Amino acid sequence: MKKTYEIYVDCANCAQKMEDTANKVEGVAKATVSFMTQKMKVEFAEGADAPAVMEEVLKACQKVEPDCEIKL
Amino acid sequence: MTKRQKNTLMRIIVSAVLLIGVIVLEKTTAWPAWTYRVLVLVPYFIIGHDVLRKALLGIKNRQVFDENFLMATATVGAMILGETTEGVAVMLFYQIGELFQQLAVGRSRRSISALMDIRPDYANIEQEDGTLEQVDPDEVETGTVIVVQPGERIPIDGVVVEGNSSLNTAALTGESLPREVMPGDDVISGCVNNNGLLKVRTTKPFEESTVSRILDLVENSSMKKAKAENFIAKFARVYTPAVCGSALALAVIPPVVLGLAGQGWNFGTWVFRALTFLVISCPCALVVSIPLSFFGGIGGASRNGILVKGSNYLEALADASVVVFDKTGTLTKGVFEVTEIIPAEGITSAELLECAALAESYSTHPVAKSLRNAVEKQLDQSRVGAVEEIAGHGVKAEVDGHEILAGNARLMDRFGVQYIPNEAAGTIVYAARDGQFLGSVTINDVLKEDTVEALRQMKACGIRRTVMLTGDAEQAAAAVAGQTGVDEYHSGLLPADKVDWIEKLLQEKTDKEVLCFVGDGINDAPVLSRADVGIAMGALGSDAAIEAADIVLMDDDIAKIPKAVMIARKCLRIVRENVVFAIGVKLICLVLSAFGYANMWWAVFADVGVMVLAVLNATRTLAMK
Repeated sequence: MKKTYEIYVDCANCAQKMEDTANKVEGVAKATVSFMTQKMKVEFAEGADAPAVMEEVLKACQKVEPDCEIKL
Repeated sequence: MTKRQKNTLMRIIVSAVLLIGVIVLEKTTAWPAWTYRVLVLVPYFIIGHDVLRKALLGIKNRQVFDENFLMATATVGAMILGETTEGVAVMLFYQIGELFQQLAVGRSRRSISALMDIRPDYANIEQEDGTLEQVDPDEVETGTVIVVQPGERIPIDGVVVEGNSSLNTAALTGESLPREVMPGDDVISGCVNNNGLLKVRTTKPFEESTVSRILDLVENSSMKKAKAENFIAKFARVYTPAVCGSALALAVIPPVVLGLAGQGWNFGTWVFRALTFLVISCPCALVVSIPLSFFGGIGGASRNGILVKGSNYLEALADASVVVFDKTGTLTKGVFEVTEIIPAEGITSAELLECAALAESYSTHPVAKSLRNAVEKQLDQSRVGAVEEIAGHGVKAEVDGHEILAGNARLMDRFGVQYIPNEAAGTIVYAARDGQFLGSVTINDVLKEDTVEALRQMKACGIRRTVMLTGDAEQAAAAVAGQTGVDEYHSGLLPADKVDWIEKLLQEKTDKEVLCFVGDGINDAPVLSRADVGIAMGALGSDAAIEAADIVLMDDDIAKIPKAVMIARKCLRIVRENVVFAIGVKLICLVLSAFGYANMWWAVFADVGVMVLAVLNATRTLAMK
């Protein structure tokens, strides 16, 4: 399953960091962050609970990039 | 400006005023030195509190080595060493640069989004009392009749059931010529209705309509990252720790060596140099400007009706050196037209054509259609009597009481007509009246108007080899190849043979060269996906082509290919300029700072200045036509 989320992130490097972080979260098969469109596209692993996974993604991202936001 | 950006601007102004105030006080009063140092902390915290906070959080979360960390260390270090004003100024300029960069990036982002602002907000559905209700296009079921008023955008793909109008397709194809539509014509979402009121029966749900597919494609394009972008991400990961290590070495090794050699320990000077070194090294210029350049390039291309599915394809296209074409529908119009009329002695061209067209007037064969299209006046079908189709030969028809034969050479032989064989490439229609030969008509698939020019431009921009692959017979292929000037052609190929040829051509080129295949998306899917870059033409409305190709040309204008290559090259040139410029300036400043020739001000330029210039350079990609 694939989903796209709107995000707020204020630098390209930060977007890259968010992408790296999101990819390490369990339940995420592949995540890509586009700084330019301010969007995060997440492909969830088989059987993953998307909303719960995204909570984790948000937590992890805010740890590396305190200013970032993800509209869930 | 967003709220956050306004806030930053206020902080910049306030802290700049306060900093100047402190400097003025320092010059005009004679308070103890520490008072100024304490006073200057006020503007420092106003301007730098968020950077300091992020730096601390970074350390806590083991995410050191980012720009916040660099800036915090450098400015705090400078202040400890007594260079308080410089410390505050560096932070101030850093924030100005950041704000500027955010504004520039935000502006480019918006101008590209505006470009892609073809998403229709609503669809009109006529109510029983004749009023129009606006509904979300997502909720319109397939088969519903929607009303499109003049000036509105067609929200969903469909068929016109009522009304005539001209459509502006510029947002989709970059083509400014309006397209006329009447009842029965297919219309594509995203086009703007210019003048008449149209009623359209939708044939697809909104999310499968052209406009949704295009938006999806463009929005996702920046997700596929170019090698250059991935390089920078990897580069930053290695670079920052390396720079921090060097800075540490610079702060410790020289003073210890010099100290041991008896030349004084001088830690202060070397630590300061190390801090300057740190400020210079920040990689933001690259990290920001490169994705921005690609995004701009993709945006500029889509404005021209060239949809690029990812930065990686734009990058590959810049190195295009072998271009392989499909023939029918790509180099040629894919529509049959009468190209030559050779009447027999004593017969006029018009007479010959009219007889042949009348004889074929009930046929639906493409050849018959092209004959009818070639006749200028309206054909009167009542002149045609009994018609007998002779399969594999042609037709025998009664026209104005005469027996007309129209068909191939075999038909002439069968009825014993003395005819003059026509050796031209293409489909030949011979005609005879009451057993007397009237002449022959050559029907051919004709080249697109700009094919020759487009191929010339491709050669001019460095495409080394052009190849045409076709399923057509040798003769027709040779004729087209001769007219267009492609380097080589291979005829009589089945779809599987085309893939084999692509394999062969892929092997014959060097690794650095890129092979593009251009097709019209019909039966081309395997070849499109096998080539390094698959380009589908005339994709407006063809889902298969949009799926299979890497680059989609919205109309079937072959001249867009050299244009796409030029845009890709320009974009890549800007990326390279930025890489060389940013790394170059930084290296020079790093060396200068290590030897003590560059102070904090240089450092600020090398960081913020370079970044701003690189971002400005990257925004040039937006202006590409």
